Amino acid sequence: MKRVYLDYSATTPTKKEVLDAMLPYFSEVFGNPSSIHGFGREAKKVVNESRATIAGFMNADEKELYFTAGGTESDNWAVKGAAKALKNKGNHIITSKIEHHGILHTCESLEKEGFEVTYLDVDGDGLISLEALEAAIKPETVLISIMFVNNEIGTLQPIKEIGAIAKAHGVLFHTDAVQAFGNFKIDVKDMNIDLMSISSHKIYGPKGIGALYIRKGVRLVNFVDGGAQERKKRAGTENVPSIVGFAKAAEIAYRDFDAHVEKLVALRERLRKGVMETIDYCKYNGHPDQRHPGNAHFAFEFIEGEALLLSLDLVGIAGSSGSACTSGSLDPSHVLMAIGLKHEIAHGSLRLSVGDFTTEEDIDYTIKELKTIVERLRMMSPLYDKVTGGK
Amino acid sequence: MYTDQVMDHFTNPRNVGVIEDADGVGEVGNVKCGDIMRIYLKIEDDVITDIKFKTFGCGSAIASSSIATVMIKGKTVDEALALTNKDFVGALGGLPSVKLHCSVLAEEAFKVAVYDYCQKSGKSYAGLEGFDPANADDDHHDHGDEDEE
Repeated sequence: MKRVYLDYSATTPTKKEVLDAMLPYFSEVFGNPSSIHGFGREAKKVVNESRATIAGFMNADEKELYFTAGGTESDNWAVKGAAKALKNKGNHIITSKIEHHGILHTCESLEKEGFEVTYLDVDGDGLISLEALEAAIKPETVLISIMFVNNEIGTLQPIKEIGAIAKAHGVLFHTDAVQAFGNFKIDVKDMNIDLMSISSHKIYGPKGIGALYIRKGVRLVNFVDGGAQERKKRAGTENVPSIVGFAKAAEIAYRDFDAHVEKLVALRERLRKGVMETIDYCKYNGHPDQRHPGNAHFAFEFIEGEALLLSLDLVGIAGSSGSACTSGSLDPSHVLMAIGLKHEIAHGSLRLSVGDFTTEEDIDYTIKELKTIVERLRMMSPLYDKVTGGK
Repeated sequence: MYTDQVMDHFTNPRNVGVIEDADGVGEVGNVKCGDIMRIYLKIEDDVITDIKFKTFGCGSAIASSSIATVMIKGKTVDEALALTNKDFVGALGGLPSVKLHCSVLAEEAFKVAVYDYCQKSGKSYAGLEGFDPANADDDHHDHGDEDEE
């Protein structure tokens, strides 16, 4: 059976070039970077080279980048670490309603400890309002955390403008750039970013490795206590092969940046047009052009997302949905609710994210299969009867 | 995630459709929760001679509707009313715990349809005693774990 992977926003395959770069660091160069002997020194050297490589792609100094176990740890560290380090200055945090759970649940956890959190609304395209952001800043505000690119609907926030507002008010600015790094040009200095979370497995690197950019001079309370690794800020023996893989993935992402973005946008647009032209009662979500190059997000009326995903899977197509039935919770995804989708429409949501290994044939196959599946599920739906009169 | 029986009834659902001159129709669920089931019945001499369904919902909601119609069809109303959601779940070889409410919806959609038949025909069945369709839309969802990326 043909298999089509359209879930690159969930994770990406590790590229061969990345894997090849990692392999020598399992059994050949295996030393502990903290050891003073030659085995340790050669491992330490490659960790720092990797750090410099990644830092360079965001215009950061290598001493400002700290490796973590992934985007979620980076989010936890940035928000909890900043809030706790600044608790004598204030207890107020501003974020948005469409953040990843790595931020939202971290904020909820801080609320239980007495912090106050403002969750900014977004408009129908998923954009926050800069005016609302500025109005929400109080003397007690210590941190603004707004994601760079949304993982569900792909919307790109005005990061530079947010950074400027944060700077003007002397408030720290963190951004979860897990979906953005490798897909957008990022300059932490120009954008006034103080803290930024990134992840390897979204950019064709291995899972379980990420990083937090911490602007020089910003103090965070440590999140993982232990040894003196990562300049005494993040304990635990470095995951050397994955760090090497992350750096190689970043290097490829920015080496081939223009071709990558151009290819993804072309495939995504082919998919968007094909679906919108062949299937009725379908809504395209997220910002029309300020969005992740590979993200397409649809909502099909009268049908439910999990049934859609199961049906797609049966013909080899992998996607994802924000329907309640795929999350096991009562409500559809918080992102779809925040952009104002009605429950019945949000339940029929489908995210298809294209990537470097997607082909035009994959897209055409998906459009064709999707049309058949949507029609089949609608024929079973009592809601569709109300439109067709039961015919 | 799902058993072969669930996948079979999801991909090849039995008794999908509408009965234009149905003797009883029952609908439960709501769009907010993401599942609605409607069941149509044809009843002759207290025997369910035909049954059709339409469902808006996930794979297990569709499979639960399908298996329920298969098990109900041809039975007397009393026999069919004795079936519970557990019987449907058993016939499907099990459902994930967060999906058990789908089988409850199937049981209730059928009961609401029989209730509708009773209203129209003036009949009554012991198995339906105390049944109030107003309570049939109650939420049967369980909170489960969220999948993440």
